[in-house]
Amino acid sequence: MHRFANPGRFQRLAARLLPWLKGLTALAFLAGLYLALLASPPDYQQGETVRIMYVHVPAAWMALFAYLLLGLASASALVWRHPLADVAAAALSPVGAAFTFIALVTGALWGKPMWGTYWVWDARLTSFLLLFFLYLGHMALLGAFDDRSRGQRSAAVLALVGLINLPIIKFSVDWWNTLHQPASVARFDGPSIDPSMLWPLFTMAAAFHLYLLAAVMERMRTQLLAARLRTQRQARFETWQGEPGA
Amino acid sequence: MTGFAALLRRDLRLSLRQGIDLLAVVLFFLAAGILFPFALGPEPELLGRIAAGIVMTMAALASLLSLDRLFAADFEDGSLDGLVLSPLALELVALAKVLAHWLSTGLPLLLAAPVLGLLLNLPADLYPILLLTLLAVTLALSLLGGLGAGLTLGARRGGILLAFIVLPLFVPVLILGMGAVTAVALGESPMAALELLLALDLGLLAVGPWGIAAALRQLLR
Repeated sequence: MHRFANPGRFQRLAARLLPWLKGLTALAFLAGLYLALLASPPDYQQGETVRIMYVHVPAAWMALFAYLLLGLASASALVWRHPLADVAAAALSPVGAAFTFIALVTGALWGKPMWGTYWVWDARLTSFLLLFFLYLGHMALLGAFDDRSRGQRSAAVLALVGLINLPIIKFSVDWWNTLHQPASVARFDGPSIDPSMLWPLFTMAAAFHLYLLAAVMERMRTQLLAARLRTQRQARFETWQGEPGA
Repeated sequence: MTGFAALLRRDLRLSLRQGIDLLAVVLFFLAAGILFPFALGPEPELLGRIAAGIVMTMAALASLLSLDRLFAADFEDGSLDGLVLSPLALELVALAKVLAHWLSTGLPLLLAAPVLGLLLNLPADLYPILLLTLLAVTLALSLLGGLGAGLTLGARRGGILLAFIVLPLFVPVLILGMGAVTAVALGESPMAALELLLALDLGLLAVGPWGIAAALRQLLR
C-alpha cells in the first residue's frame, strides 16, 4: 500500500490508467444499456418497469461500496496518515452521494407504479436516506474549516461512525420484513433471478464499478494537481513578499 | 476519578449559574411543541395519538440547542487546552462534559415533558413509559450530540452543520424510543425496544467518548 503513498507515483499511474479505464467504462455502459434496455425480456409481473432495476440495483451497490471504501480510506488516513487516503476520501464522498441519489430517485420512480407510492418509511429506504445524509455531512464537514486538515480529520471520524449504517442497510430487508424486496442476487442458495436478467444486471454492475473507479481516480488526480497549484501559488506569493519594494 | 467528578461538578455549576440557558431549552421545547395543535387542529383524539412522538421529537430538537456550546466555550477561552493537558484522559473529559450536558438538558426536559404531554392530551397510561424512554433517549442524544459537537468544533457556521450531521444520527434513537412507547400504547410489552435502546446507550457510552476525544485531539494537535 505504501508503494502508492507517493503522490507523484500515483499521478503517473493514474495518467497511464485513466484513458483505458474511461474507454472500458464507456464500452461496458454501451453493452450494459443495450442488454438492459433492449435485449432483455420484460418481467412477467412488472412489465417494462423492471428495466429501472438495471440502474437502481447497481447504483445502490455502488453507494454501499463507495461508503465501504470511504470508511477504509478514513481509517487509513487516521491510523497510518496515508497521504493519499485523505485525497481518496474527499474524492469518494461526492461520487458515493451521487450514486445514493440515483438509487433513491430510481427507487422512487419504480415504487410509484409498483407500490403505488414514491416513498414509504420502510427500513431499507430509511437507512438509505441516512446514507445519503452521511455522505452530505461528510462533504459539508470537509469544507467547513479554514484549516483543511482539520476538516479531513473530522470528516474521517464521521465516516467511521457512519460505517455502523452499512450492515443495517444490508440486512434491513431480512431483519424487518417490510415493503422492499429481500436480496435476490447475493444469496447463499444462488441468485433467484432468471439468467436472462442476471447478465444485463452484471454487465451494468461492471460498468458502474468501472465508472466509480474512473471517477474517483480522476477526482483524486485533479485534487492533487489543485493542491500542487496551491502550494506553488503560496510559494510565489512568499517570494514576492520577500522582494525589496514589494 | 476525582478530576472527572470535579469537571462534572464544574460544568453542572456553570450551566446552573447561567440558568437562562437551561430555561431556554425548556421554553423552546414547550413553545415548539404547542405549535402542533395549531398546525394539525385541536382534536383531542388526533393529538393524543401523536403526542408521545411530538414530545420525543421536540426533546431531540431542544437538546440540539445547547450542543454547539458544549465545547465551544472552553475552546474559546482556552480551558480546553488545559483539559487536554490535564492528567485526566481526554476520553473521560469528553464523558464528563457529555454527562453534564445530559444532566443539565435531559433532566429539565424530563420535567417539562409531562407538561407538554398534558397540553397535547397524551393518554394517561403512556406517561411512565414515555418518561422512562426519554431518560434513555436523552442520554443517547447527548452522546451523539457530543460527538457532533466535537467534530464541528471550530467550523464555520458550526451550529447548522452540527444539526445537519447529528439529526440523521438521532433517527435510530427515536425509532427505538418510540418503539417502546408504541408497544405500551398497543398493550404489548415494551421490553424488546427498551433493551435495544439500553444496548444503544451502552454502546454509545463505550464508543462515544473515544470518538469525541479523537475529534478534539485532532483540533488541538
